[in-house]
Amino acid sequence: MTVTTETGLPGRAALAAFLQRANQGDRVFKGLLTLAAVAVPTLLAFLVFELWVGSRLAIGQFGFGFLTTSTWDPVAEEFGALPLIFGTLISSFLGLLIAVPLSLGVAIYLTEFAPKALRQPIAFLIGLLAAIPSVVYGLWGIFVLIPLLRTTAFPFLQDTLGFLPFFQGPIYGPSMLAAGIILAIMVMPYIMSVGREVLLAVPNTQREAALALGATRWEAVITAVLPYARSGIVGAVILGLGRALGETMAVTMLIGNRHEIAASLFAPGYTMAAAIANEFSEAVGDLHLSALAYVAFLLFLVTVIVNAGARLLIWRVARGSAAGSKAL
Amino acid sequence: MPSLTPRLALGIVLFTLACGGSDRPSPGSGGDRAPRRGAGLTGAGATFPNPIYTKWFDAYAKETGVRINYQSIGSGGGIRQFTEGTVDFGATDGPMTDEQIAAVQGNVMHIPTVIGAVVLTYNLPSLGATKLRFDSAAIADIYLGRLTKWNDPRLARLNPRVKLPDRDIIVVHRSDGSGTTYVFVDYLSKVSTEWGKKVGKATSVNWPVGLGGKGNEGVTQQVKQTEGAIGYVELIYAISNQLPYATVKNAAGKDVDATLATATAAAAGIDLPPDTDFRVSITDAQGADAYPISSFTWLLIRKEDPDSARARSIRDFAVWMLQPAGQRMAADLHYAPLPVPIIELVQRRVGLAADAASP
Repeated sequence: MTVTTETGLPGRAALAAFLQRANQGDRVFKGLLTLAAVAVPTLLAFLVFELWVGSRLAIGQFGFGFLTTSTWDPVAEEFGALPLIFGTLISSFLGLLIAVPLSLGVAIYLTEFAPKALRQPIAFLIGLLAAIPSVVYGLWGIFVLIPLLRTTAFPFLQDTLGFLPFFQGPIYGPSMLAAGIILAIMVMPYIMSVGREVLLAVPNTQREAALALGATRWEAVITAVLPYARSGIVGAVILGLGRALGETMAVTMLIGNRHEIAASLFAPGYTMAAAIANEFSEAVGDLHLSALAYVAFLLFLVTVIVNAGARLLIWRVARGSAAGSKAL
Repeated sequence: MPSLTPRLALGIVLFTLACGGSDRPSPGSGGDRAPRRGAGLTGAGATFPNPIYTKWFDAYAKETGVRINYQSIGSGGGIRQFTEGTVDFGATDGPMTDEQIAAVQGNVMHIPTVIGAVVLTYNLPSLGATKLRFDSAAIADIYLGRLTKWNDPRLARLNPRVKLPDRDIIVVHRSDGSGTTYVFVDYLSKVSTEWGKKVGKATSVNWPVGLGGKGNEGVTQQVKQTEGAIGYVELIYAISNQLPYATVKNAAGKDVDATLATATAAAAGIDLPPDTDFRVSITDAQGADAYPISSFTWLLIRKEDPDSARARSIRDFAVWMLQPAGQRMAADLHYAPLPVPIIELVQRRVGLAADAASP
C-alpha cells in the first residue's frame, strides 16, 4: 500500500532526505559486508591455530618423521602418515586424469557442437550430479561400481595392460583405482560447469576470425577458443582438484583403508581425510588424537600447497595466452 | 516493487523470530505435564548400543517425564566427554584404562547394560547352508595372515564333513575405530600370545593383513561381494541381515553358535567379586555354553557426584533399565540381556554409589 506513495514523484527536500537515508543504508551495508569479509579469514586462522594446538603433542613426538614413515599402530602409539599423503595425492590425481578430458569434452560439445535444444538439458543434468550427497556416491560405489570393476573392468585391464606395474597383483575391488573413479565422477560436474561458462565467455569474434581464415570447426576450437579460455579452464580443474583432495565419505567406502603404499592401482590404499573420519570418533589415546589432528593439519598444508601451485600455473598460463592471442 | 522486497525480507525475519520465540515455551510446557526438577540428563558415547539406549530413554521419558539426550559419537568420544565433564554420563564398548581412570581421579563406575557378541561371517557359496566351525587358533592365524587358504588342513580338521574350496582367504576388518573391533581383538589377544605381542587390543589396531571396510555394512558388503572373504560383524547385524556365520570353539572345547542365549551364558560364566568395578572382559569365557567373542557394553557414571540430584536421577534410570521390562526391550532388539546374578550385583552396587553420592 505504501509502495504507491513512495514511488510517486518526490519533492526536492524529500529527495535529499531520501539520499541521506540511502547513505546511512550504504554505511550499514558496507559495515556488514566488511564484517562478513573479515569473519572468514579470522575463522580460517582460528581453525589452523586449533589444528596446530591439537597436533602439538604429535609434532613434538614424531616431528618431520611423521611425513616419511608408514607405520600406523594405535596400540603401540606409533604413527606415520606417508601412505595417507600418498593415497590422497594419487587418488585425486587419478580422479582428475579421468575427469578432465571427459568434462572438458562435454563442455566443448555443449558450447560448440551440440544442437541448441540439447545444450541446456544436458548441462542441467550434469549439474545435478553435484547435488548428490557423497555418502550416496559411496553406497552406489559399493553396490554397483565395485562389483562391475571387480568382475569386468579390472580383469580386462589386467589382461591388456598387465605388463605395467600399475595393473598387477590380486584384485579385491576396493582399491586406489576405484577411489579415483568415484572421485572422477564427483568432480566432473564442477569442471564441466565452470569449463562451460568459461567457453561461453569466449567472444564469438574469436571463432568467426578462425573460421574466416579457413579453419574447420575443430581447428577453430583448438587454435582460437581453447587458448583464449586456458586460464579459466585451469581454474575449473583446480576447483575439481580441491574437491577431490578433501573428499572423505565416498573415498573411505571404496579405497579399502589400508595403510600401505603399493605400486598397483588394484591394491587398497588410504587417504588423509578417510583416516580422520574413520578413527577420530573412537580415538582414545591422547597421542592418537593428536596424530589425527596432525594429519588434518597436513591435509590443510597439502591443499594450500596444491592451490598455490595451481595459482602459479594459472598466472603463467594467463601470460602465455595473452601472448598467444597477440600472436594470432 | 523495489521497496517491497526489503519489507518482505523484514517480514520473513520477524516471522522466523516469532516462530523461534514460540518454540521456546514448548519444552517448558512439556515439563509442566510431568513436573520434575532439572532439565534431564545428557550422555554420549558408544554407537553399538545406540538403538537400545534410544528405545530405553524414550520409554523412560514416557514413564517418568525425565528426558535423557544421548549422542552416539563413539566410545572414544564418550570417554573423552565424560572425563571433561561435559556430559552427565558416558557410554563405552571398551572399559576405561587405568590411566584414563586416573585422569578422573578414580571417580567413575562402569555399569554393564547389555551384552553384545561378534561373529565371523564368510562367503563360500559352495558350502550351502552348512555352518563353518572355527577354533581360536584358526581365527588368530587367519587374521595374522598365517592361514591363507580355505582348504588348509587345520580348517579341514575342524570341518571334517565340509568340502572346503582351494581358495585364498581374503581377510576383511573394520577400518573405523569401533567397539566391535575392540571385542574381537580383545578375544584374539587372549587366545594368541603372538597377537597380544604383535598387534594388541584397541578400538583400531595395526592389522597384519586385510582390507578395511567402513562400518558393519562396509565389512558385510566386502564379504558378500568377494568369494573367499571372511569378516567380523556384530551378532545383531548378522541376524538382521541373515548373514552366514561360523561357530567358535570355546574355552570348554565346545563348538558354540552365537545366539543371545550363548552371549548371556558368557557373562554368566564369570565370577565377579562383590566389590567388582565391572571392568571385566568376558571374551574366551568359561562355561560350556559360553560364546567366546562376547562383551559387556557400559554406562560410565560418577561414583561421587557433587550434584546429588543428578546422581539420583542417573541411579533411578540404571535401576529402571535393569528391571525385567527393560531387559526384555533389549532382547526384542536382539541385544543379549544380562544374567540375573549380574543384574542383582549391579543393582546393589548402583545403590551403594548413590548412597555415597547423597549422604
